Amino acid sequence: MDIKDIIKPENKVYGKTPVLKDAVLHYCPGCSHGVVHKLIAEVIEEMGIQDKTIGISPVGCSVFAYNYLDIDWQQAAHGRAPALATATKRLMPDKYVFTYQGDGDLASIGTAEIMHACNRGENIVVIFINNAIYGMTGGQMAPTTLLGQVTATTPYGRQADLNGYPLKITELIAQLEGTCYVTRQSVQNPAAVRKTKKAIRKAFENSAMNKGTSFVEVVSTCNSGWKTTPVKANKWMEENMFPFYPLGDMKDR
Amino acid sequence: MAEKVLMKGNEAIAYAAINCGCDGYFGYPITPQSEVMETLMKEKPWETTGMVVLQAESETSSINMVYGGACCGKKVMTSSSSPGISLMCEGLSYIAGAELPCLVVNVMRGGPGLGTIQPSQGDYFQATKAGGHGDYRMIVLAPASAQDMYDFVDLGFELAFKYRNPAMILGDGVIGQMMEKVEIRPQKARRTEEEVRALCDSWATIGKPESRRGNTITSLALEADVQERHNIKLQKKYAEIEANEVRYSTYKTEDAEHLIIAFGCMSRIGEAVVDYAREQGYKVGLLRPITLFPYPKAAIEALIPQLKSIMSVELNAGQMVEDIKVIANGRVPVNFYGRQGGMIPDPEEVFEAFVKSINK
Repeated sequence: MDIKDIIKPENKVYGKTPVLKDAVLHYCPGCSHGVVHKLIAEVIEEMGIQDKTIGISPVGCSVFAYNYLDIDWQQAAHGRAPALATATKRLMPDKYVFTYQGDGDLASIGTAEIMHACNRGENIVVIFINNAIYGMTGGQMAPTTLLGQVTATTPYGRQADLNGYPLKITELIAQLEGTCYVTRQSVQNPAAVRKTKKAIRKAFENSAMNKGTSFVEVVSTCNSGWKTTPVKANKWMEENMFPFYPLGDMKDR
Repeated sequence: MAEKVLMKGNEAIAYAAINCGCDGYFGYPITPQSEVMETLMKEKPWETTGMVVLQAESETSSINMVYGGACCGKKVMTSSSSPGISLMCEGLSYIAGAELPCLVVNVMRGGPGLGTIQPSQGDYFQATKAGGHGDYRMIVLAPASAQDMYDFVDLGFELAFKYRNPAMILGDGVIGQMMEKVEIRPQKARRTEEEVRALCDSWATIGKPESRRGNTITSLALEADVQERHNIKLQKKYAEIEANEVRYSTYKTEDAEHLIIAFGCMSRIGEAVVDYAREQGYKVGLLRPITLFPYPKAAIEALIPQLKSIMSVELNAGQMVEDIKVIANGRVPVNFYGRQGGMIPDPEEVFEAFVKSINK
């Protein structure tokens, strides 16, 4: 059979959402960012809110999120995205405003901003990518790096007495009165991807209902930073990260 | 006849913000400027003009809320005092780099560090040379009265939007706390959503219509040549600001042989020094820079041929005097008198320093 006989509209099983631009991703093969970007883009398309959505990108690998989703974007200083989102949503209450932040951005340098935005119950969506490492700067220890995990700044493995404990920030966020939906998901297989998309959709829907802050953590891989292959990274995540960062909804009201 | 109301300089900032159609204020309490947010919270402008007022968790957050609001083409502002402004410098660098309009008020107090809550002009360098990283400038207005505090809010927003650049009102504890009569200007309406779109749709993050691609506001340019082109563009803008926006006033400079240069509260003491010196037979005049960036270089330059001396009077260890020395370039002696730590000199004290400086 010739390939031309296969490529026909009636045989189409998958199409890229037009909310995603035709840009080549700068992310490493195996990285979770691309999948999560796609899910957000699909949710925006399905909800028909491309003209009403403002994204806020962080500092870190996903600083360039603005290159991939065709919406209006603000690029925040390291950790400050929730502050930008706060003002943006309050000044334009009819818009959908989301931040996209990594673990260094959200759980280290931006701890104050995320805690207070969530505690005020800003009607925003927070997408939190937790891959337990600083990717862009070359694999240093993150606040969420596991005990024993080897990074560029914990070459002998993270030790509690030397480096402190990994921070379960999502559990802290779930305690705050201002949050309405706090969940932890992953994207390492089709079932997980479907669950994460559902969570992102729910978060965006919540923000239209003024229910408070919706917070979606995605436990992710960084095979480059972890110095392993994409397949082994998924396995390492399942075996090491999931026991410490258990998946599921922490709060839904 | 316009209404005149007795109020503090800090309160004037708050009323001016409401009156000029400001969209949002984001702040954090710090002495000696807390009355700005207190007045706004008391007035509840969200019930009248729809203005958003929010107490942030830190100055860092305040300025980044301002950054987010400015991204949306809104007239947004914050106010603080010296240590708080230091925390905001990161955000100001981003705002300047991303070319966004906003207004920041600094009611200066003495430093360094936690310093004192008393008045100072110790942040002249920080305001005029860029307190944050990278080559950037802010438009800096120096109020000398509560009326200036009021009027410079509208002016600051006008200039900020004209050049898409942060503007700062650089006041001090004297101007912030002093009560004076302030003429209240007519209420301006806040810009409607349509007006914001008409004015800012080419760059602002206000939701992407089908007719254009998404706007991205960023200060990031990883490629060196791209960053350099951006830097050159910024410098061109600053040169344009220097060419068009210099503001200053003079007092008895026509026949002056000696010039006192002072800004803010010190310019008012400077006027008293001029009158006192003239009674003693010295032909002294005063130049008050109203904009500290752009600086009134040409106005000082024009006076130099008639001058025997210049004295900069400041509430710091000598900051603006460095700029004056560059302008004078050795053609006329440039002297300095200053007090620090919240101490304010009286006119006689400045006069004595002046006499000493020309007889040394």
